[in-house]
Amino acid sequence: MRKLKESIIEKLILLCGLASVFFVVLIFLFLLKEGLAVFKTISLKDFILGKSWYPISEPAQLGILPLIMGSFLVTIGAAIISIPIGVGCAIYIAEIAPLRLKEILKVGIELLAAIPSVVLGFIGMVTIVPLVKSIFHLPTGLTAISGSIMLAFMAMPTIVSIAEDALYSVPKIYKEGAFALGATHWQTIYRVVLPAASSGIVAAVMLGIGRVIGETMAVMMITGNAAVMPNSILAPVRTLTATIAAEMGEAVVGSEHYFALFGIGIVLFIISFCINVTADLFLHRNK
Amino acid sequence: MRNPYRTQKIAFFFLLIATLLIVIPVGIIVLIIIEKGLPAISWEFLSDIPRKGMRAGGIFPAIVGTIYLVSGAIVFALPIGVLAAIYLSEYAKDNLLTRLIKLAIVNLAGVPSVVYGLFGLALFVVFFKFGASILSGSLTLGIMILPIIITTSREALESVPYSFREASLSLGVSKWQTIRHIVLPNAIPGILTGTILGLGRAAGETAPILFTVAAFYLPQLPSSIFDQAMALPYHLYVISTQVPNVDEKTRYGTAFVLLAIVLVMNLIAIIIRYQFRKKKKW
Repeated sequence: MRKLKESIIEKLILLCGLASVFFVVLIFLFLLKEGLAVFKTISLKDFILGKSWYPISEPAQLGILPLIMGSFLVTIGAAIISIPIGVGCAIYIAEIAPLRLKEILKVGIELLAAIPSVVLGFIGMVTIVPLVKSIFHLPTGLTAISGSIMLAFMAMPTIVSIAEDALYSVPKIYKEGAFALGATHWQTIYRVVLPAASSGIVAAVMLGIGRVIGETMAVMMITGNAAVMPNSILAPVRTLTATIAAEMGEAVVGSEHYFALFGIGIVLFIISFCINVTADLFLHRNK
Repeated sequence: MRNPYRTQKIAFFFLLIATLLIVIPVGIIVLIIIEKGLPAISWEFLSDIPRKGMRAGGIFPAIVGTIYLVSGAIVFALPIGVLAAIYLSEYAKDNLLTRLIKLAIVNLAGVPSVVYGLFGLALFVVFFKFGASILSGSLTLGIMILPIIITTSREALESVPYSFREASLSLGVSKWQTIRHIVLPNAIPGILTGTILGLGRAAGETAPILFTVAAFYLPQLPSSIFDQAMALPYHLYVISTQVPNVDEKTRYGTAFVLLAIVLVMNLIAIIIRYQFRKKKKW
């Protein structure tokens, strides 16, 4: 009787262990189920490379290139801001900060990661947006660059915590060897610790960027939501994620528009899948 | 010749600047919200329904909606997450299947939140015909926080020393009994940390609930899990972008309540983890 009970419990444990695989597959299948229908009316090439997104005009134009460009622009901007600051902060926490400060900073970074994106979006609306507007003398501060600045703050905690882990796990003897040869602390960091932790840092940067591409609420609130081909980082743009969030509420279930939004979902899923798998490979190369 | 110590000074200075560039803006963000949000908080604000097209009154239904959603998500995700963690830490062998499961967890954690929203819409709202409801929203959020719970629980289980298991097994206790009575109790604080982190994440997310549950304006409390509900993060989005002329105080007040809930949960989790590490007997 006990044996039977145990074997049932162990089966249940195995089943739950497999749950994550099941859910990932389920998510992808349901995106495909709803999204592939869009390719009955439009070719893959026209969907990805079409330059106009007018989903409710007659006939609907469903080219998502402006949205891809919007996501790309905001992401590049956020990456330029967050990578140097994030990696710099990680080095500071892992190598320089005294123990007590180190613990406080790590808690702070963790709390930053926890701030809901809608709160960051709200803060961006009341601080960065008017600032960008007045600095660049623009008609509106709802621009790609406002989004980039705000999203940099969502990427940084990811970059800092994973890069700090990678730097911290560099074996102590490497550093001691460098010190013994008379290298300064900075020379040791720059020539020994950083190269040894490089694959972890690459993974950190990739995951940070992944977070930016997938971000939805903050970006929808502060980038201006103009689904046109962006010509500058000072112009309003609209990202892939914001398009889904802004339009799904109005799209009729089963309409071309609905299928197209799921098509965008497939694109996002594939992008995040590639980023995560590659980052994971980099993380495991270390060990 | 370049002086290596001067180079070091300059480099360390820039690293400090980078750190300050994160710390100071975050401090400012939190201070702004506290300074402008705290005065808006009153018993009426927390306990009244929104009035005058959400321009006055309180946010009570949004708070209640968020509590329902978060509870639903945890009821769904906690058992699955802990059992999955037990599988990974106690049963899994170092083989392809385990590698695949770990990869799936990483991916589940990386799927954009709005894609969870799409998935919830397609599976729960449309396919299972739950409609836009607390049930659909909770399940969607539950799947989203699964990786957080699995990862932290697994860490907690793996930190229990192997000798504990060996001692128990050598007394003739079965594997499951060992897990149930020896490993699990010692991992409880770690699992609790993961649970609270998951709760905090679920409370703050907006995109997954956009099409699965969130009601724009619903001045009454939901009466069953098949009802729509308001939720704090979506309410903040609505009053800051969709409704014109909302009093600034109401916006900051809502942002304050949401931020306070999420940060307090995270702080509790951090404190539990800290105490646990300090007290660890092994």
